[in-house]
Amino acid sequence: MAEAVQERIIIEQACEVHRADTSPAPLACQSCRANPKRCARSGCSGPIVTKRQRVRYVAIVSALTVMALALAFAVLTYDNGMPFGSEGYWRIVSMRADSLIVMVVVAACQAFATVSFQTVTANRIITPSIMGFESLYIAIQTAVVFVFGAAGVTMVAGTGQFVLQVLLMVGFAGALYGWLLSGRFGNMHIMLLVGVVIGGGLGALSTFMQRLLDPNEFDVLTARLFGNLSNADTDNLPLVIPTVIVVSTILWFRARRLNVLALGRDVCSNLGMNHRRETMIILLLVSILMAMTTSLVGPMTFLGFLIATLAYSLTDTYDHRLIYPVAFLLGFVVLSGAYFILRNFFYAGGAVTVIIELIGGLVFLVVIMRKGRL
Amino acid sequence: MTVTDVKTRSGIRGRSAAPKRALAIGIILTIGLVTASLFVGVYDISAEGGAEMFFITRVPRTIALVLAGAAMSIAGLVMQLMTQNRFVEPSTTGTTEWAGLGLLTTMILFPGSPILVRMIGAIIFAFVGTIVFFMFLRRVTLKSSLIVPIVGIMLGAVVGAFSTFLALQTDMLQNLGIWFAGSFTTVVRGRYELLWIVIVLLIIVFLIADRFTVAGLGKDVATNVGLNYGAIIFTGISIVAAVTGVVTVVIGALPFLGLIVPNVVSLFRGDNLRTNLPWVALVGIWVVTVSDIIGRTIIMPFEVPVSLILGVLGAIVFVFLLVRQRRG
Repeated sequence: MAEAVQERIIIEQACEVHRADTSPAPLACQSCRANPKRCARSGCSGPIVTKRQRVRYVAIVSALTVMALALAFAVLTYDNGMPFGSEGYWRIVSMRADSLIVMVVVAACQAFATVSFQTVTANRIITPSIMGFESLYIAIQTAVVFVFGAAGVTMVAGTGQFVLQVLLMVGFAGALYGWLLSGRFGNMHIMLLVGVVIGGGLGALSTFMQRLLDPNEFDVLTARLFGNLSNADTDNLPLVIPTVIVVSTILWFRARRLNVLALGRDVCSNLGMNHRRETMIILLLVSILMAMTTSLVGPMTFLGFLIATLAYSLTDTYDHRLIYPVAFLLGFVVLSGAYFILRNFFYAGGAVTVIIELIGGLVFLVVIMRKGRL
Repeated sequence: MTVTDVKTRSGIRGRSAAPKRALAIGIILTIGLVTASLFVGVYDISAEGGAEMFFITRVPRTIALVLAGAAMSIAGLVMQLMTQNRFVEPSTTGTTEWAGLGLLTTMILFPGSPILVRMIGAIIFAFVGTIVFFMFLRRVTLKSSLIVPIVGIMLGAVVGAFSTFLALQTDMLQNLGIWFAGSFTTVVRGRYELLWIVIVLLIIVFLIADRFTVAGLGKDVATNVGLNYGAIIFTGISIVAAVTGVVTVVIGALPFLGLIVPNVVSLFRGDNLRTNLPWVALVGIWVVTVSDIIGRTIIMPFEVPVSLILGVLGAIVFVFLLVRQRRG
């Protein structure tokens, strides 16, 4: 852990300087922690600069947590036709709990994947979904069925196949997006456009292969392959949940590296970090997360964009450890809120993803308009 | 505007026979493909009642291929001229999705309405959508020509999501899927005649194509050389909307067609609009006809919609163009 030692030394030195009142307080300056008043100067640095900001952050997280819990409770208990405590009542609750679990997993996937991806690409417009990660997963899934075809639908189910598909996905995503992001394109717009087009092309390719499989079972297959929120594909949940937890934890522990990555390639290299390697690692982790969410509820183009954009504007900090939880909570609140309202007041449970697409897409356009550029 | 014997400076002078010969070969090739399309299919036309079948399905289908291929390619070209942007075409500006939304809305408001009414609905929506897109373009300062298709595709995605929602609420999702899967399967006698409308539109484009180029240079330049800028843009948008509306209602979405064809033509022939126009129409016909023949034969006796083949092909060509531009 030579790095940690070095960091310590740097911080110590900075604290020395800081005590001499010539520079902003470093993050870990003991004397400032102990004596916040000394740090009331505006020059203080760190993920959270002022007391007001800290209060605001805590308030936001608390509010979102309360909302999330309230929505979860509402989804579980609202309008349950059976009398309280009866067997049927609990059965309905457990069915709804499944949907909730799916929402939690999807929110986690989208939040962690999108925020990390946007940091790596140094761009707050593009998201893994827009770049075609989901289409890639679907194309791989279809191709697996297509190649091992005879068994058709049965090949898609099962743990072994699922693992194989995810591994293929990681390999392909690494190759494709590693090439795209390798800087040979340099230009952000080309990358984005290539991603969008590849996404569309892969989508067409998947449909094409499905058609070739067996036109009669075409509808059956698509229904079997991808669920939506009210009809999620829960067969792989025992595998998905641990995977998502592990990958999210890895990202959480790499958050500091992401903070450095956000400074850009040059600064990154100057600080002694292998930019390319880090980027590839994050990309692979992102592709795993995207595979998970797609396998559960199918593609959701703008959800990630929506929650990441909101999270940035709410937290107003560079520190990923502060952004991730907010993005995750937002994701859950958006999903469960849309689900609850649509299901109970518009009787359109199946339209949740569509509505989120609509809102997210509009937000996307507004953001581009307001920026006036990408 | 119809001075044909004035040669551009691209060195065509003295080789005026070559382009004509090439064009003749192109036309012969087109006729060959069209003939192939007439004789490909599940039904054995030499059998009993074959001739009748031939005229009920094969001929209409082939005519539809020719018209739709030429029309969508030219529509893409017109949009590219007006915006001075190589990556613009009805499916990267959301026009196609708007047309679909118009079709759906008409179906919901006037159930059982004749196809002409639906078409008018689709055309009106496509027109509004294209105008919306043009207004978007005004707002976004164009740091890069690549933003235009991105915004367009996203706009299309939002409109598409709205259509999906409407369809979900009115139990029309399956219809929506069928309409949007651009396919020539349903083209039979009595169901495609409205496609002839696009012939008129194509002739108009052929007559005033140069003005679109001038309009593309911007309002000031166009006005300076004595062009009514507003009128020509309005005409262009109307033509694109009408073509997209008609093709969407009769056949469905044909993604990337208006993007692939003009770009491929200019790769091979440079950017002389006047000599390229017929080529764009011809190559459009080739691409659609070949895609349709593939779609018809690959899983006989079933069919794969043309839109899927175009989607895959189009994506490949699009990415190739982007990478190439990067190197260039």
